[in-house]
Amino acid sequence: MKGACARVRKMIDGCRIERTPIKNGVLTAAACGGLLFAVACGGTGSSTSTQTPPPTGSNVATLTVNAGPAGNYANGAFTSVTVCTPGTSTCQTIDGILVDTGSSGLRLISSLLTVSLPQQNYSDGNPVAECLPFVIGYTWGPVQTADVEIASEKASSVPVQVINQSAYPLPSTSLCAGNPGGPADTVGNLGANGIIGVGSFAQDCGGACALPPSGGQNPDLYYECPHAGCTAIAESLTQQVANPVSLFSADNNGVIIELPAVSGPEASLTGSLVFGIGTQSNNGLNGATVYPVDDNGNFITNFNNVQYGESFLDSGSNAFFFSDPAIAVCGDDTAFYCPNSTLNLAATNAGYAGTPTGTVNFSVANADDLPNDPVLGQLAGPNTINGFDWGLPFFYGRHVYTAIQGKSTPGGTGPYWAY
Amino acid sequence: MNETRIFPRLGRAARSVLRPAIISAAMLMISIQAFAGLGENVSSVLADQARMQGSLRTTQSASYTVHEITAASGVVVREYVSPATGKIFAVAWQGSWPPDMRQVLADYFAPYQQAAQAQANLHAGRRPLLINQAGLVVESGGHMRSFTGRAYIPDMLPEGVKTEAIR
Repeated sequence: MKGACARVRKMIDGCRIERTPIKNGVLTAAACGGLLFAVACGGTGSSTSTQTPPPTGSNVATLTVNAGPAGNYANGAFTSVTVCTPGTSTCQTIDGILVDTGSSGLRLISSLLTVSLPQQNYSDGNPVAECLPFVIGYTWGPVQTADVEIASEKASSVPVQVINQSAYPLPSTSLCAGNPGGPADTVGNLGANGIIGVGSFAQDCGGACALPPSGGQNPDLYYECPHAGCTAIAESLTQQVANPVSLFSADNNGVIIELPAVSGPEASLTGSLVFGIGTQSNNGLNGATVYPVDDNGNFITNFNNVQYGESFLDSGSNAFFFSDPAIAVCGDDTAFYCPNSTLNLAATNAGYAGTPTGTVNFSVANADDLPNDPVLGQLAGPNTINGFDWGLPFFYGRHVYTAIQGKSTPGGTGPYWAY
Repeated sequence: MNETRIFPRLGRAARSVLRPAIISAAMLMISIQAFAGLGENVSSVLADQARMQGSLRTTQSASYTVHEITAASGVVVREYVSPATGKIFAVAWQGSWPPDMRQVLADYFAPYQQAAQAQANLHAGRRPLLINQAGLVVESGGHMRSFTGRAYIPDMLPEGVKTEAIR
């Protein structure tokens, strides 16, 4: 059994295979001579790797990259989140929460919750639930309210999604019912105990979900759920599932993800999730380049002379995902690339309006040759022809800043990414 | 979970009954409701427009016609029609949220769902969805507030049409 799928199966079975050296650093003549892409044949690796000691402070949470609570995740960054019954000291700390800059809002697997969280109700008193579609899979369940604490940061009365497929019947007309991947409603199929979306926006949906429902304007993510069944509603911004960072009393304008560089596959990696940008002595921009992001959370990546206008940095994606028909996908698993030998590539990122620009060097290993480790800095796979998805491997060896839309920072008003 | 499967199952049953039937005017109305999206007749474009409550813009090129439906939400679906067959051979979408893929992929939703669930079972983790089968190519990606993708039937591409044009 070779390949990425075999690797995951082995991890689930709990039988780890022998670690084998990967082909990084061994750049063959073929790879350099193939030359559609090889730009960095002379020297590879991250251009901005940092060796500074991890930051400390009340605004710093520990990040761990490992296989996650289900033991089946590659390149996932996890942290602990404390949720409390609002206004009380009745709290519960849940670890194994995936840190995701590609979404906004806290979503928790229902069966893990032991604290009581009050249900959010619609104006007529019926409970509110949400359908949140991802590309593959979705989360469905009630919207409840929690006080949220991470490190020493606190946010009061945060609307969160409690992932529970059976609390209310999923409406057959919802985007979730039409999602091909099915529900991500267990630790196993989510790969995490929950997701904390710390992305570019203060709410998950935004203004569209506050428009009249069922009329084509509103994506109909929010529902009221009387006994008769759920129907779509308009959900105000303050009621929507919120990026908890935006509701912190301080350090609420964005986050920094700081992870060390990797030289090859590793069993785990420890870094930091730092709250606030330019609000403390430990979260300044320090010369990082600011790349403005558009209202849909995208900027530009130029790769192979193609401009990808819907590109994004996403700690919740677990590899580099980009379109390159010249790189073979793995025979046993079309989600990843399997080039004959490790490729050293380069792309140029740009703010959504075209400036500033900066080159990124990255490497793509043969996924079938990678060992059974969760930290895989050279894992890559194919994508649509619209965007370059810079997943967690991009974050290794960098300090990556995500500024929230409308929040002011020393680097300007969000949304932007800086690194 | 049941609900995710009821729709395509009913859709298939309805189609298998309707397909061989003689199409009277009444039947045509029914078929327009049932048949929509990839692989279906150009007449289904109007049904898709109605379901998306969107506006329609049509552009013609030498080898195909593009029917672009824009919903009030800003979600855009482009349906590519071959003049030779009158069939939708490709669709592309773009918006803050995905369109209802059951509608956009029509009969091809079932194989799409099957392939997606196989991939979901293979790996945890968030990533794009790429399906490359002999009879169906689907590429779906993006993130919260930005979803894009396209699907096409390789055998139905009009001669000379490059897949890069489908976007």
